[in-house]
Amino acid sequence: MAIRTEPFVMNMGPVHPSTHGVYRMRLTLDGEVIIDIEPVVGYLHRGIEKLAEERTWTGVIPLTDRLDYISSMSNNLAYVLAVEKLAGIEVPERADYLRVIMAELQRISNHLVAVGSFFNDSGAYYTPFLQMYREREKIVDLFEMVCGQRLTYNYMRIGGVSQDVPDEFIPALYKLLDQLPSAIDTFDTFLKENEILLARAKGVGILPPDMAINSGVTGPVLRGSGVAWDLRKADPYSIYDRFEFDIPTGEAGDSYDRYRIRIEEMRQSLRILNQAVRQLPSGPVKADVPHLIRPPVGDAYAHIEAPKGELGFYVVSDNSISPYRCHIRPTSLLNLAALREMAIGWKIADLVLIFGSIDICLGEVDR
Amino acid sequence: MTVALSAKEVAAKLEQQLPSGIIESNEGSILVNSEFLPDIIAFLKTTPEFDFDYLNYITAVDYLDYFELVYQLTSMNHNHSLVIKTRCYGRENPSVPSIVDLFVAANPQEREIYDLMGIRFEGHPNLKRMFLWEGFEGHPQRKDYL
Repeated sequence: MAIRTEPFVMNMGPVHPSTHGVYRMRLTLDGEVIIDIEPVVGYLHRGIEKLAEERTWTGVIPLTDRLDYISSMSNNLAYVLAVEKLAGIEVPERADYLRVIMAELQRISNHLVAVGSFFNDSGAYYTPFLQMYREREKIVDLFEMVCGQRLTYNYMRIGGVSQDVPDEFIPALYKLLDQLPSAIDTFDTFLKENEILLARAKGVGILPPDMAINSGVTGPVLRGSGVAWDLRKADPYSIYDRFEFDIPTGEAGDSYDRYRIRIEEMRQSLRILNQAVRQLPSGPVKADVPHLIRPPVGDAYAHIEAPKGELGFYVVSDNSISPYRCHIRPTSLLNLAALREMAIGWKIADLVLIFGSIDICLGEVDR
Repeated sequence: MTVALSAKEVAAKLEQQLPSGIIESNEGSILVNSEFLPDIIAFLKTTPEFDFDYLNYITAVDYLDYFELVYQLTSMNHNHSLVIKTRCYGRENPSVPSIVDLFVAANPQEREIYDLMGIRFEGHPNLKRMFLWEGFEGHPQRKDYL
């Protein structure tokens, strides 16, 4: 007699170490195999877009820190670029360089967290994770030096940055640029030479390129699928057209490729940092912009290549002191749109690793 | 550099295909009739000349007299982009056709707009509240909510 089977619904999260925050997946299972996923979000919804309508244009910047709190600098940058585009504000050259330096340091620190969590998800509990946090700590120390904050930096301003870097910043940055390459090489060997991790990540959670583009996936996940799309090259903002760097792409579009891209991107960010710190001009760091600005009536969209992908702000002004509308194009939410495609047919243990390879931040999913 | 296509030129080409679909166009964007929105986006997506394969974002703005929906499309091959806008009227039950069939990326964004702005997307496979709970009254992103 045949054994009767039926699908089984299980909730994973909202409080689960592998969901990287408060995220719930309603899994429909056939035994241990996933046949459907329904994401349930909103546990961290703070209504940031609505709050922004009650703040002054400058007052929105601290709110952006709390979107993807792993990379606050990038969030600041995307927002101020949108407002500058709307109001037609020119930024001094030194401020542009400082922004690029901060954004690239942020990319490295984000990828260290992403790769560290990826190792955690794969079962290598906390040893590699803490090693990466040790390196991230050095970057956070640099950020603390420039703005006094270690997580929510609030450093960028409309028309520049809040203050110039202190004298000890540049030597400290040079020291970091000396140390990081060998640290990244060490991390690279963790996965490259680890048979268990290779077996678990290679060929798992494949995302075909056409599906990735259609799902609105960006960042390392899209490039892992072999699409060489990086806004720093495709649509250079700020002064990214002045630097030489490559866009690493994957071939298979699996979890392993997405991890490899992040390691490569850290190296490319170091290349940009080395060029930027050597070219750094002197001069003012903030344009003469009043605290209460009133951009002309209209709308503007500016996007950047944040560590997790395309982060954009669509701002509408009615010529008052606060935004009429401030829409955030959420990187993490759209990267999650492809999770179903990646994870169906795999087991729960694989889902943990696939989810980890996307690298999301719930602060940005829920906003 | 992503080239922003001249909305006027694209609108002229669209008018040959779908004469009643276009309401007006300025340098930055095309305002289309919401009824024809899926047809227009499908045309832009499939025509090799445009080849818009990537949807940057969808958002909605409440102007009190009407809701304006903004769609930005990008072609990764040609590296050009275009902004499409459409409007829907009425506070009780505003609705526009869904484009989930064309872009998977539209799925979570349309749900979000439904949740926070209260615009129905006809044809969306799973149109229910996303961030707020079922039974929540009102749509907080609207200008008259608070």
